[in-house]
Amino acid sequence: MTRHLIRLDAADDFDGWRSAARALAAAEVPADQILWQVGDQPADLFAPAPRPLPTPTRALTVPKGFLPLARSALLHRDPERFALLYALLLRVARQPGLLHDKTDPLCRRIDALAQTVHRDMHKMHAFLRFREMSTATGPRYVAWFEPDHHITRANAGFFVGRFATMHWSILTPDTSLHWDTETLRQGPGASVQDAAPGDPLEEVWKAYYAAIFNPARLNPKAMLSEMPKKYWKNLPEAALIPDLIAGARAREIEMIDRSRNAALAPGR
Amino acid sequence: MAQLDTSEKLTILADAAKYDASCASSGAKKRDSRTGTGIGSITGGGICHAYAPDGRCISLLKILLTNSCIFDCHYCINRRSSNVRRARFTAQEVVDLTLSFYRRNYIEGLFLSSGIIASSNYTMEQINEVARCLREDHDFRGYIHLKTIPDADPALIAQAGRYADRISINVELPTTQGLQILAPEKSETQIEGAMANMASVIEDGADARRRYKSAPAFAAGQSTQMIIGADAASDRDIVHRASGLYTRHRLKRVYYSAFSPIPDASAVLPLQRPPMLREHRLYQSDWLIRCYDFSLADVTSVTDPSGMLPLDIDPKLAYALKFRDQFPVDVNRAPREMLLRIPGLGPTAVKRLLAARRYRSLRLSDVARATTSLKKLRPFIICEDWRPVTLTDSADLKALIAPKPKQLELFPA
Repeated sequence: MTRHLIRLDAADDFDGWRSAARALAAAEVPADQILWQVGDQPADLFAPAPRPLPTPTRALTVPKGFLPLARSALLHRDPERFALLYALLLRVARQPGLLHDKTDPLCRRIDALAQTVHRDMHKMHAFLRFREMSTATGPRYVAWFEPDHHITRANAGFFVGRFATMHWSILTPDTSLHWDTETLRQGPGASVQDAAPGDPLEEVWKAYYAAIFNPARLNPKAMLSEMPKKYWKNLPEAALIPDLIAGARAREIEMIDRSRNAALAPGR
Repeated sequence: MAQLDTSEKLTILADAAKYDASCASSGAKKRDSRTGTGIGSITGGGICHAYAPDGRCISLLKILLTNSCIFDCHYCINRRSSNVRRARFTAQEVVDLTLSFYRRNYIEGLFLSSGIIASSNYTMEQINEVARCLREDHDFRGYIHLKTIPDADPALIAQAGRYADRISINVELPTTQGLQILAPEKSETQIEGAMANMASVIEDGADARRRYKSAPAFAAGQSTQMIIGADAASDRDIVHRASGLYTRHRLKRVYYSAFSPIPDASAVLPLQRPPMLREHRLYQSDWLIRCYDFSLADVTSVTDPSGMLPLDIDPKLAYALKFRDQFPVDVNRAPREMLLRIPGLGPTAVKRLLAARRYRSLRLSDVARATTSLKKLRPFIICEDWRPVTLTDSADLKALIAPKPKQLELFPA
């Protein structure tokens, strides 16, 4: 039976989850009595009316690794993440060593959520591509990216630190970020049409991509495991891949033939 | 000759650089551009911004300043006698290209190398000028890897170290004899001398940083590369040489590059590439020594009489099959170094098992959750509810667990 309805501000609202979870766990409210919801999405038919959080009766302490783990796992798109993390919170509060037990099923599941989120964040660092647009105030760099999870705001620090002196915008379906060398603004979700249509430098980058590829070592499987096809549509260089693969064996055979003929030719 | 545009030069000078295997952009000191006037950051892990269809990561703009060269090394596409098209970038062009790519988030930084033109010192000065301009004129805080030229003035190599995160000097071939035949103008003494010099430059830099906060950030490390399959060196020779280099010059990495057919190859070279698997096995043996507490003797003990590592199974499995008396290993009691010898268990899984067994006695299902390949390791372990009674003694154990041989495709997709 659900007794508490917790409304979070956003899908990545860690602070909201944390303060509610801390109060509920201190009062030892069981996990199955809480319904977690994001924003004003329609409430569950049987959802209780929101009511005040219990007043904590005791201090709650958690092991050092819990908060970073929860902060990451909470960005996952899995709708159960808030409840799973709360269940883990109740258990680590009693058994602080639990987080080190990498064979415990709940720990494993939450570790897996956090790992997926880390990978998604890492792929955004790697595969996001800016396009230069000229504006009245100088060049602006605009990127369109479609992350799998709610990572865009959590990833802002990386782009601010790296491109601190540039004006840039990152557009995603859920949200957008805009940096003007001093402040970061958040805007609504966007669509691919809002992004810059192209950038002449992409041709130079594609020339580099084609030249750095070694056709004698063709290994599309290794490429796909790190750069799955779902990312290709937003990577300018990916348009070259089918032709590079198709031509590779022929290029290698030609190189071997040429050296064989050169070796046989008199005078060399 | 008609003027080449940037894309044409880039095509020639990236094509000439791709035989360098190193792409690491990790290991440098963390920093970002919030406090600076330019762009760039180092986050610690290194980022691969794209992957080519050869499966290799593209992390850095990896190019030569020029592919003209006064040397005539047989394995090299840029040797004096090769008919390859020549091109040359100015320092400014490389700087502009690096920054343009970096702003669009294509790369982590620059990996610059060069053919030797005029003299070694002149070439080294040109390489240093690119790095100087990026660091000083543009306050670029991304990653820079410079390939240095062994016989350049030590002062120039030290200067390169002041701008770069990583310095490399290639040993090129695993044996002295191979170097004599294939790179007659290079000398092992000179290469190792330059490495020793760089090791002390790096050490001095680290020492200064420990004492003075304002000391300039010096190169964090050096690495090297050797070519596999172009000369007669056996795997045992190669592993010996690599291990010597790690201990003598405190290298971060030794890269292996399986010799691959190049356009306009020299007649001294073999026509066909060595199996790619050979390079892979050498990297595996390298990992065993660096991350799995294997000794050099442990690794070389699994080579065959001609000094080659097995191709059909990895060196760790080969070790376990050869030294069966050390197995099965009790996952609830054995020390870390023995857990690391179990085929199919990596350092991460071992760490998980060590952490979990402090709380309870591990069962097979616990081991399964800590790793990905229970099937491979089952014959080699003992746990609460599992003991391989006859398996480790059976003569056909290898057939039971080694990967099944498969017909290679003639024309892989």
